[in-house]
Amino acid sequence: MSVDAKPDTKTQSSRHAPPPGSEGAMMRRAGDWARRAPLMPALVFMIIVTQLPFVVTIIVSFMDWNAYYPDERGFAGIDNFRRVLTDSNTRHAIWVTVMLTAGVVLLSLVLGLLIALLLDRKFRGRGAVRTMMITPFLVVPVAAALLWKHALYNPTYGLFNGVLKWIFGDNAPQPDWISNQPLWSIIFALVWQWTPFMMLILLAGLQSRPLDVIEAAGIDGANQWEIFRYMTLPHLRQYLELSALLGSIYVVQNFDAVFTITSGGLGTANLPYTIYQTFYTAHDYGRASAAGVIVVIGTIIIATLALRSVSTLFREETGR
Amino acid sequence: MSGQVTIVTGRKNRGGGFVLSGVAWIVGILFVLPVLWMLLTSFHSEEDAAKNPPDIAAPLTLDGYRAFFDTGPWPSIANSLTASILSTALVILLAFPAAYALSIRPVKKWTDVMFFFLSTKMLPVVAGLLPIYLFAQSVGFLDNIWLLIILYTSMNLPIAVWMLRSFLSEVPVEILEAASVDGASLSRTLRSVVAPVVTPGIASVALICFIFSWNELLFARVLTGTVAQTAPVFLTGFVTSQGLFLAKVCAASIVVSLPVLIAGFAAQDKLVQGLSLGAVK
Repeated sequence: MSVDAKPDTKTQSSRHAPPPGSEGAMMRRAGDWARRAPLMPALVFMIIVTQLPFVVTIIVSFMDWNAYYPDERGFAGIDNFRRVLTDSNTRHAIWVTVMLTAGVVLLSLVLGLLIALLLDRKFRGRGAVRTMMITPFLVVPVAAALLWKHALYNPTYGLFNGVLKWIFGDNAPQPDWISNQPLWSIIFALVWQWTPFMMLILLAGLQSRPLDVIEAAGIDGANQWEIFRYMTLPHLRQYLELSALLGSIYVVQNFDAVFTITSGGLGTANLPYTIYQTFYTAHDYGRASAAGVIVVIGTIIIATLALRSVSTLFREETGR
Repeated sequence: MSGQVTIVTGRKNRGGGFVLSGVAWIVGILFVLPVLWMLLTSFHSEEDAAKNPPDIAAPLTLDGYRAFFDTGPWPSIANSLTASILSTALVILLAFPAAYALSIRPVKKWTDVMFFFLSTKMLPVVAGLLPIYLFAQSVGFLDNIWLLIILYTSMNLPIAVWMLRSFLSEVPVEILEAASVDGASLSRTLRSVVAPVVTPGIASVALICFIFSWNELLFARVLTGTVAQTAPVFLTGFVTSQGLFLAKVCAASIVVSLPVLIAGFAAQDKLVQGLSLGAVK
């Protein structure tokens, strides 16, 4: 397991060389199109299925369009945006989305790093522990949310309160976990699913460390902490950034857990859930679209900032 | 913690190492425990499953599974299989030539194309949902499994292109040059030179695309109804019944998760590469 960093610019330029015997631009253009041909189906497919709908979303976001009032459809200017941004529900949803994403990504990143460090050592049953760790990520998200809601959190027959009764007897406190801490209930369920993801990427990072250098540092008298702080952590930096970015991309869009555990109630509606509701239940298409456009702008800003720092990994990957 | 004990990396250390191994085992067990609990509960009767404190030694029964299958989940499971398998096939069909044009005989500005694919992954699904819904509604395409197949293909295509490209760039150039000197055509080169080298890669890409399609909820929930609903949608509509249902829900969750668990364990070694879009190996 290693990061791809083999630069082979020599073969790269030879691959770009025009086909032998080409005379003039016609031939070269034909050659270019021959190179492009295998790419076109995938590219055209992606543009039609992912870019076109978004263009429509932008158009609809400037329209007054509620399916319940079909006669009032028309141009609305920036009304939808104004309504979305001044609406306290949406503002709360933005806040929830930030909290949920930051909470899940940071907690699972820290846990994932600690567990990756544990699993980077040789010990009996390491493969078995690794397999056990991966399992939560392989439970269908809806099923995982149902599991946490009903089998673990439930105040009357969930495992958590069951364990409390085991330990403290019949007088044990029996909290209603989801009602007391709705957002944390969702965060913990997601941390359980995303820690394996972080752990896997960070473990791959740890295992790509140059071991001889670290051993040499150990012989030169560096202690464990110094090796971790000055050698392991800098090496892991791009892996930490990559897993944080990828985790954020997925968690920011989370719908399954919010939908299943609280149905967006108790102040846990994040942006994807709010948009889903605006459009699916309230049928306010204009407003849902405006919210969608805002989410995309937010994502672009965050992703650009994040990509700038994380792109070293990808640049190494693509720069071969 | 016994962190101060000097453990030179690569060498086994008795005292502190033993504690750390124990901690690793405990953490692993803690993470898998909820799944084991779900498995155990699925084999209990509803009465035993609802006991507090829980009765671990309660007699095992298949009643939960029987109750689940009595609710008629097969059409939704068949839909999930159809959507996942066909979209995965379509993804490979589109991604393989694309990855070829991005690595072995790269087009100009191929890095831009790679980042275009990556950027579509960052576009929140929910932002494109409404136009897709309106379009499907106007052409009578709602509640149609083909709509999901197309959307899942677009969802997984960037992942597959990135992954396959990282596999394809491992194909030794000499073999390709030898093939072109021998006068092999493009499709022939693909089939007999490139494909064998990357078949294991294709297999793991397929497993990962299968997992993501199988898990998807938002599209399926909004765009399907009674005909084309998938297994995750079926699961969400499951807990409406009155009375005790925990064993049934656990059985349902196990059954629906089973294909993903199998695919995931099968692709275990390539999981990192897939999840990091081929950036980490």
